[in-house]
Amino acid sequence: MKSLKAQQHPISEPSFGLEILEKSYPIDSNSSFKQKLMEIGLFPLQSISIDILQINMGKMCNQVCKHCHVDAGPDRKEIMVRETMEYCLEVIKNHSIKTIDLTGGAPEMNPDFRWFVESIRAINPNATIIVRCNLTIILANPKYFDLPEFFEENRVEVVSSLPYFTAMKTDSQRGEGVFEKSIRALQLLNKQGYGVPGSGLILNLVYNPSGAFLPGSQEGLELEFKKKLKEKFQILFNSLFAITNIPISRFLEYLIRSDNYEFYMEKLIENFNPTAAQGVMCRNTISVGWDGYLYDCDFNQMLELKVDIQGSQHISDWNNEHLSQRNIVVKNHCFGCTAGSGSSCGGSTA
Amino acid sequence: MKTYYNPDDLKKFGSITNLQKSMGDKFFSYYGEVFKEGALTAREKSLIALAVAHAIQCPYCIDAYTTDTMEKGCDEEQMMEAVHVAAAIRGGASLVHSTQMINKIKEISM
Repeated sequence: MKSLKAQQHPISEPSFGLEILEKSYPIDSNSSFKQKLMEIGLFPLQSISIDILQINMGKMCNQVCKHCHVDAGPDRKEIMVRETMEYCLEVIKNHSIKTIDLTGGAPEMNPDFRWFVESIRAINPNATIIVRCNLTIILANPKYFDLPEFFEENRVEVVSSLPYFTAMKTDSQRGEGVFEKSIRALQLLNKQGYGVPGSGLILNLVYNPSGAFLPGSQEGLELEFKKKLKEKFQILFNSLFAITNIPISRFLEYLIRSDNYEFYMEKLIENFNPTAAQGVMCRNTISVGWDGYLYDCDFNQMLELKVDIQGSQHISDWNNEHLSQRNIVVKNHCFGCTAGSGSSCGGSTA
Repeated sequence: MKTYYNPDDLKKFGSITNLQKSMGDKFFSYYGEVFKEGALTAREKSLIALAVAHAIQCPYCIDAYTTDTMEKGCDEEQMMEAVHVAAAIRGGASLVHSTQMINKIKEISM
């Protein structure tokens, strides 16, 4: 499967997706996300702090998942260069950022990935470094076989997507054969100590629904995943993050193609939760694009909605004071983070 | 084309209180209480609801509880097994009545 960009699909243009989200039923000016925030006194939505620097190391990936908001895949060549990483290191060195969250694509495919992780660890021995690992990359090529050891050496936390504990649902979302490889990779991570109680090595899984429905209780899903993965495959992990699919990019294309767009958007709007809105991740996060531009979150990044601060929109122009007090750019895709129990890169928020 | 069932009508369910508020409110309050986590998990209750929806053949309930069970992390195999439970009870209910038929056969036969 090719990326939407390679297919020259109109939804690969961020402005096209945004226009659908702004102008199509069930959303109008009275039911927009901005309007909802105004009703609860939360507009303009403002940053509280910058605790997390989420860095997108590139759109290149060995998988082409059907719901991917990055539209990542082997045909995407946009990756972060070392010069941009050096700017990120400057920011990490000079500011009290607690968590550095590396994502992609498959961040491990960036040729400077290991250098970057080691540099972050050298600068800040206490920072939490997260790698969003798609699991199959560990088995994709001999040069990645030692990733579990590398993660351990650098005390990296691993966060991995596993949509379900069966092959049918996982493969339908992430591609043929992905489940089997993911299970093997999880077993290798367990062998390294990841997810094993007492090891101090954190392995968290991400569940996101394989279709046009919301995730249920994170707690209930975690119990079910732990039970099934242990029973069937002797796999251990720490926590499960239940994440809602955001209606942009490939998931938006799926919603429209399957005639589920209205149903799904109605669900997101009906389930708007003010508590979840208070706790959205963009309030303590800055997202860095592969080219160094700054965004309020990874979703805004894919929609090319840069932070709303003139003169500080690139990592090379980092202005901590302005960024930590900025007004966050919100559009209707933000309903995805405020529905039900809320959703963030760390799971439920309410 | 007019049909007796319209999926959009499910969204109007809450408006039944317009014609009888106190009973409607009590029903919805009870309904909400029933589906909370209790001695049974919300997930188990959702699967029971899915099975019952099939037993009573309510298209609104089938739509609602198919989505709900999926949201609660049930897979297709578990959902289909729940429907088989409904089918087994429905089928069994017919078949167990055959004992009455057998009794009657005996009663009126030489």
